[in-house]
Parts: sequence; structure tokens; C-alpha cells
Amino acid sequence: MPRWAMVIDLDKCTGCQSCTLACRMENNVPFAGQEQASKGRAIFWNEVFAYAEGEYPHVKMTIIPRPCFHCENPPCVKVCPVGATYKDEEQGLVLQRYERCIGCRYCTVACPYGVRYFNWYQPEWPTGTDRYQNPNVPLRPKGVVEKCLYCVHRLPIPACVQACSSGARYFGDLDDSNSEVAQLARSPRAVRLLEDLGTEPKCIYLKEGL
Amino acid sequence: MQMRDDEVLFRSVFQSGRRAYLLVGILLAIIAWAVYAYVHQVATGLGVTGMNRPVFWGVYVTNFVFFIGVSHAGTLVSAILRITGAGWRRPITRAAEAITVFSLVLGVSSILIDLGRIDRIWALIRYPRFESPLLWDISSVSVYLTASVIYLYLPLIPDVAMLRDRLSAVQGRRSWRRWLYSKLALGWTGSAQQWRRLERGISIMAVLIIPIAVSVHTVVSWIFAMTLQPTWHSTIFGPYFVVGAIFSGIATLILVMVVLRKAFGLEAYLTPRHFNNLGLLLLTMTLFWFYFTFAEYLTEFYGGEPAPLGVLMTKLGGAFSPAFLAMVFFCFVIPFVVLAFRRTRTIAGIAIAALLIDVGMWLERYTIIVPTLTLPRLPYPTGSYSPTWVEWSVTLGCLAAFALAYFLFSRLFPIISIWEVQEGENAHVPAAEESAASESTV
Repeated sequence: MPRWAMVIDLDKCTGCQSCTLACRMENNVPFAGQEQASKGRAIFWNEVFAYAEGEYPHVKMTIIPRPCFHCENPPCVKVCPVGATYKDEEQGLVLQRYERCIGCRYCTVACPYGVRYFNWYQPEWPTGTDRYQNPNVPLRPKGVVEKCLYCVHRLPIPACVQACSSGARYFGDLDDSNSEVAQLARSPRAVRLLEDLGTEPKCIYLKEGL
Repeated sequence: MQMRDDEVLFRSVFQSGRRAYLLVGILLAIIAWAVYAYVHQVATGLGVTGMNRPVFWGVYVTNFVFFIGVSHAGTLVSAILRITGAGWRRPITRAAEAITVFSLVLGVSSILIDLGRIDRIWALIRYPRFESPLLWDISSVSVYLTASVIYLYLPLIPDVAMLRDRLSAVQGRRSWRRWLYSKLALGWTGSAQQWRRLERGISIMAVLIIPIAVSVHTVVSWIFAMTLQPTWHSTIFGPYFVVGAIFSGIATLILVMVVLRKAFGLEAYLTPRHFNNLGLLLLTMTLFWFYFTFAEYLTEFYGGEPAPLGVLMTKLGGAFSPAFLAMVFFCFVIPFVVLAFRRTRTIAGIAIAALLIDVGMWLERYTIIVPTLTLPRLPYPTGSYSPTWVEWSVTLGCLAAFALAYFLFSRLFPIISIWEVQEGENAHVPAAEESAASESTV
């Protein structure tokens, strides 16, 4: 059984947002529009965060692309009252049953990484854009939660990994110790976010500047 | 004890007037507006609320916790005082038990209103996952609702039988009221065996309902405490929420008593002694509440972990400081001063303290839920939240629904348990019993 994991090399990432764009197109992520986006209601299965630390002239820019981490011990799955989000034991992925979600948003509150998004309205597709919808990925209705699924429909290459312009993303089986991701996960540069929470994320970052 | 004529207790059930219709009309109008707001929300989506990412929960979840908290009025006052044999409880038990039932129903409604897909509510029965604290809540709240309906109903039987007999004597023709009362009276004749069974049933329910009530608000707190979110993941959340629940429950009971006393002319039954005793109980709960709040926040502050500290700072000096400071003043500073001194512990003083506490406890729930959500652990863009007209309308509608349900109940049934009051009067030693009981609660 594979245990799918992603490695993101922060030294290679240029913050170009190709991953975000590829993800949107691949997974039928709807448009929120400017007004809703300003209210914090835009949906990004993959989001690239950039923030500056320090004071001029000693400023350090950090860019962190963030998919779902598909935790081994996912806090979101624990709290779901109906099993609308669940851990697929065969592939180790945290997946969604959109048709069962009751929209209580307990999972969005429980996820310490904020990878979960809610459909505040019925998703709208501006004229013409529905032509580009991917028939292999279901559209989500209003009132349900959605998030990155590591492109479970097109494994073993998620769209973001394929589209990454600088080759910063790696994807593979963590249980195969010879795989690229397993080797990189053993690197001294490898870190996982909020590791002390015990969630065991399966998205591993390679730190910058070593 | 002053002489009183128990007829006044029946009068509230049978009298009606223009003012009553006006009140019902106003309440129905508010409820209709809230229903309109809710239908708009269901049709359009939860986007019509002020919620966003990362503030996924707001006023609705606050209302849920608040109403479930208020429901603890009935349990504490009625069950605990019944078990300890406090004689002064007699005129206030039913008023308290009715609060429990109606505010529980509104608590459940509030969480249903918060759902994005109310049409899929059946999934909770078809695919329940008991690992989720929400399922613990559904279980304990439904047990509590069932138990408190039974606990409200049992002591109602002798009074309903009295109403049935009265209606039979007054009017020979059939009426829906008479039909209702004779159904609900379950053939009560007042035989010795019936009394024995009733007393037994009430005693069993009084003992059962206390652990059930404690479990309910503990589990409500666990919805938050079981997550890893900063300041929620706290071991004292269970008892902290239970204390807050009893606190707001007693405050609500006092407010309801003030209204009933004025509206139905029950001055001879709801006496300054009752208010004084409940005021002292409220004072005790104020101190408990302050102790828990202080212990909780000091621990977070001293440890100085960045995520919880950030949340604490937004309450002390940031965006949520007005609500947080108002909470401290409404829940502790003002009530403590008003309730501690005999000169200010008058009915008016106690009523003001109770009103502030209810507002303060709503703010407490709000400042526990929302600030944590605005500040996620990771340095993402932080959030803000301001509720919209939809959320305020629905909240107002919930309050109006509570008032309407309570009003209709008090029009159908005696809001003061007549047989219990008469039993107390016939006990010959009411004064000694009552003073002993009130001392034991202080």
C-alpha cells in the first residue's frame, strides 16, 4: 500500500503560483470574486503564503506553498460527526464525501493548518469558464467543505507537482524507502509544520538556506 | 407569612386581555422576521452571515452555548433544592423547569441554524461517528431534553388535575382546554397511592437530572476543548462551562421571576426572601466564575506560549478588548458589588445584576469562541468578524421565541406549582424549615 506524501523544497520555490493555478483548473475550484475574496471567502486548495520577517535592511521573505498535509493523525477526521471527511487507509489520504457533509464546519475549525474551505454560496462559473471544467472532478454544491485531495483522481502526479516551474515539489510513496520523497524526508533540512501537535503531516518542507 | 389567596395562581391561567394579544402579536412579528432571515440564509448560503475564513463559527454557535447554559436554571434550583429539602424553592421550581425546556429547544435550534446543509440532517442518524464530540452532544442534549420534559411534567400532574376539575365544574360543554387537561392529568384523583408514586417519580428524576445536566455542559465545552486550537485546549473547560451555565441559568431565572411577579401579581409568592436567597446563590456563582476565569487566563499568560498568548492579548488590548472588558464588568465587578451588600441586594438590584450577567455570559461565550478563530497558529493572514443583520435577526427571533413559548406555557399551566405551595403551607412549620434551608444554601 502506498503512503502518499509531498515534499516541497523551499530553496527552489520562487513563489510563482503555478501550483495554485494548476490546482484551480484541475480541481474545478470556483471563483469567489473580488468582494468575497476580500472577506476571506476565496477557496484555494493550494495556497502560497508570503510574509516578511525582520526590519529593513535585514528583511527576510518567506514563501510557503500550502496544500493539505494529509496528516497521519488528522484532527479534522476525528471531529467530523458523519464521516464526510475520512482517512482512506489504503493510500493514507484524507478524502471528502461532499454528498454527506452537513456543513457544520467543525473540521475547518479543528484543522490547525487552515487547509479547509467552505462554500459560502452556490459556486458560480462566469460565462464561458465552465467550458474548462474538469469532468474527472466533481463540482461541489453550496454549504459543504472542500480541500486539497492530492489529486486522488490522477495519482501518482498531482497537478501542482507537474506544474511547478522550478521543480520544487516532489510526490511519492513514503513507505518505499528508495523513493525520492522518502529520501528527501530523511534529509536534515526536512521539517513538518507544527510537528509538536502530533498530527504527523505528510507534507514535508525542505528548509531554506542550508 | 402574609395571608394569601391561591386563587391568584389560577387567575394567570384563565385571564386574557388586549395586552396579552399585543404581546403575542409583537413576538410573532419578530419571529416572522427571523424566519424570513433564516429562509434567506438557507436559500442563498451561509455567505449572508459575517462568517468567513478563518472565523468559521460566530454568533450562532455563541447562541448555542448560551442557551444550553441558561437551561441549567431548572436543574440547579429545582433539583438540588428539592433534594436538599429547601422549603423556599416551592414557588420557583416550575418557573425554573420551564426555562430549562424552552432554552434547550432554542440551543438545539441555534446549532441547526448554523448548519450549511440542514437538508442533510438525517446523515447524523444514518452515519453517526461517535468519535466526534458533536455526537456526544447530540446524545447528552437529547437525554437532557427528554429528562427535563419529564421533570417538568411530573409535578404538573396534580395542578393539571385541579384545572381539569375546575373546568368541569364551571362549564359543562366540551372545550379544548378541558380535553387537554384531562389527557395530561392521566386520570389523577389524588389517591394516596398516586401521591406515593408521584413523589417517588419526582425524587428519582431530581437525582437523575443533576448528573445529566452536568454532562451536557461539559460536553458542550468539549466541542472546543477537544480541538488543538489555542486557548480552547484546556482541561478546566468542562467545569468552567458548567459554572458559567449555572451562573447564567440563575440570572435568567431571576429575570423571569421579576417579570412574572409584576405581570401576574405574584408578590405574595415570589417574596423578597426568594430574591435574597437567589441573589446570594448568584453571588456565590459570581465568585466561582471569577475564580475559574482568573485561573484559566493566568495559566495561559504565565506560560507565555505564543499562540495562546496572542489570543489572550487580543482580548486584553486588541480587537476583542471592549467585549472582554464588558464581560468582566458585567459578570463580576458590578454584580459582586451589588450582591455583596445588603443595601443594594434588593429586588431591583438583583434584577439589574442578573440582566448584566446574562449579557456578560453571552459575551463570555463570544470571546471564547471568536478570538481564537481569528488567530490561527500559523502566521497566515489573520481574520476578523462582524455579524450581519441575518445573524442579529435570528438571534432576536430566538429570544422572542423563548418569550412566546414561556408566555403560552404560563397561560396554559400555573407557573407556580400550586400543590407544592399548598403542601408547604400545610406543613405547619414553614418558617423554621425555610430559614434552615436558606442558611444551608448561603
